[in-house]
Amino acid sequence: MDSSVALVLAQDGITNGAIYALLSLALVLVFAVTRVIFIPQGEFVAYGALSMAAINAGFLPPTMWLVVTLGIAVAIVDSVAALREEAAARLPMIIFKNAVLPILALVVVRYLPLKSLAYPLQVAIALAFVVPLGPQIYRLAFQPVAEATVLLLLIVSVAVHFVLVGLGLYFFGAEGGRTPAFTDGGITLGATYIQFQTLWIVGIAAALIAGLALFFERSIYGKALRATAINRTGARLMGISADLAGKLCFTLAALVGAFSGILIAPITTIYYDTGFLIGLKGFVGAIIGGLASYPLAAAGAILVGLLESYSSFYASAYKEVIVFTLIIPVLLWQSLTKHHVEDEDEH
Amino acid sequence: MKPTLLETTDLCVNYGRVEAIHKVSIRIREGEIVTVIGPNGAGKTTLLSALMGLLPARGDVKYQGSATRGTTAVDALVGRGLVLVPEKRELFGTMSVADNLLLGAFARHRRGARDHAKTMAEVFEIFPRLAQRKEQQAGTLSGGERQMLAMGRALMAKPTLLMLDEPSLGLAPLIVKEIFRIVVQLKSMGVSVLLVEQNARAALQVADYGYVLENGGVAVENDAKILINDPRVIESYLGLGGSHSIAA
Repeated sequence: MDSSVALVLAQDGITNGAIYALLSLALVLVFAVTRVIFIPQGEFVAYGALSMAAINAGFLPPTMWLVVTLGIAVAIVDSVAALREEAAARLPMIIFKNAVLPILALVVVRYLPLKSLAYPLQVAIALAFVVPLGPQIYRLAFQPVAEATVLLLLIVSVAVHFVLVGLGLYFFGAEGGRTPAFTDGGITLGATYIQFQTLWIVGIAAALIAGLALFFERSIYGKALRATAINRTGARLMGISADLAGKLCFTLAALVGAFSGILIAPITTIYYDTGFLIGLKGFVGAIIGGLASYPLAAAGAILVGLLESYSSFYASAYKEVIVFTLIIPVLLWQSLTKHHVEDEDEH
Repeated sequence: MKPTLLETTDLCVNYGRVEAIHKVSIRIREGEIVTVIGPNGAGKTTLLSALMGLLPARGDVKYQGSATRGTTAVDALVGRGLVLVPEKRELFGTMSVADNLLLGAFARHRRGARDHAKTMAEVFEIFPRLAQRKEQQAGTLSGGERQMLAMGRALMAKPTLLMLDEPSLGLAPLIVKEIFRIVVQLKSMGVSVLLVEQNARAALQVADYGYVLENGGVAVENDAKILINDPRVIESYLGLGGSHSIAA
């Protein structure tokens, strides 16, 4: 391989790596706060990309009925809980937030000329009908079993993954989707040609990561999420409810996933089930970070991207094998260097 | 007589089939320090956990005149000014002292309060040591400082009733003295305190009223001044002070 090929491969690796890095951060966050290994993370990538493709082609966001249905389900579950606590005063807000708001959004979108809208507005609409699925899924699938073991949460997570993949096939069909680049063309830098979309991906991914870092360092809600990850009991005693923390980090995970999908839709064709593999590669990155360290997870994810890119050149038939084999030495290294932390038992 | 702030009637808590506390009725009046003393395993921590809504309990708990609810309501109780400083402190070890304190105000923040800097300055006045350690990670503090941080963090919630679980546990005598001095200071600032202690003498010296918990039930209760001179209490909990001698 000459240096120009190497540079092209590196560019490819870093682009994909940036996406894996975003997903790995979301996975670490969700695990640290809720102890859920979030297998469906990749589905948000596919949903984001395919919703964007649909809106771009002038169709209504296909997941809108799912958002409305789950919203009504959440409204019912929350209302029952509020009535049980004799807090009927909260009912109007619960019903408005969860059921009325999605229906209003649906009505508004119904009358928008989607195809001719500006690109950023299309992105906003795609996000508006994918991201709410995050907190909704947390409320319905995970909150009722929030105190369960990591294994049980993982099993629920796998179940949610299969449901979302199935629904993805129903909503988006078996054909893949692709969207136009944010900006066409590219620039020649020395020996390599860099597409503008590549710069967009790396730039926006970096900005999102910086934004998340600011959120965790500066805002009281970000600090509350970190506190929950550090000491669940301590956080609870300060009035940081596990439900709130869970919903918040599932929202962030859904946002990061859907945004990643929108970023890569112009450079790869995304199918309803593509998300799983992408999410899994983010997961390898997260594992390199021990499911605990954000910088290590991001670095690991970039490494995964590069490894994938170079192995697709040398042994393209084995590229997935090579990437996922990486997890074995990493796990060996971690089991040798870290003491095993048992599933925490409080009280 | 001052109005009642918190009252339990026949409170029972089970761990599986074992009854940890049985028919405990206590009352805390506004502006009082009430102490619950008793040996290890008497159910003191269980009582506090049940009051905080961390454990499911049977029987009535009335706080500020209205019943408290099951285990989901911890954040609601914190919002209503009922705050627990647990025996294990439960600090956020890898976060700074200032961030730990700030998170103490989380429940108030959610209810719209934004005066955290002012509240934190007040906490620093009570615990000057925390101001010096502001940027330090909570996990690197000494035992006494940790207890101060745990109390300071709780004060950031502007509690009406502060529940302290074994605040003197594992601390040097001088620090213990300091902690109890602060408990009295809090009372003068209008904070009611429910103080659970094994250090019965120190607790009874600062308290207005005391309960002795034994085997999950209230064995004796009375004004602290009376309890501290009660022969039964002296014998069991105040060690060799008073009229007792080593030559038994």
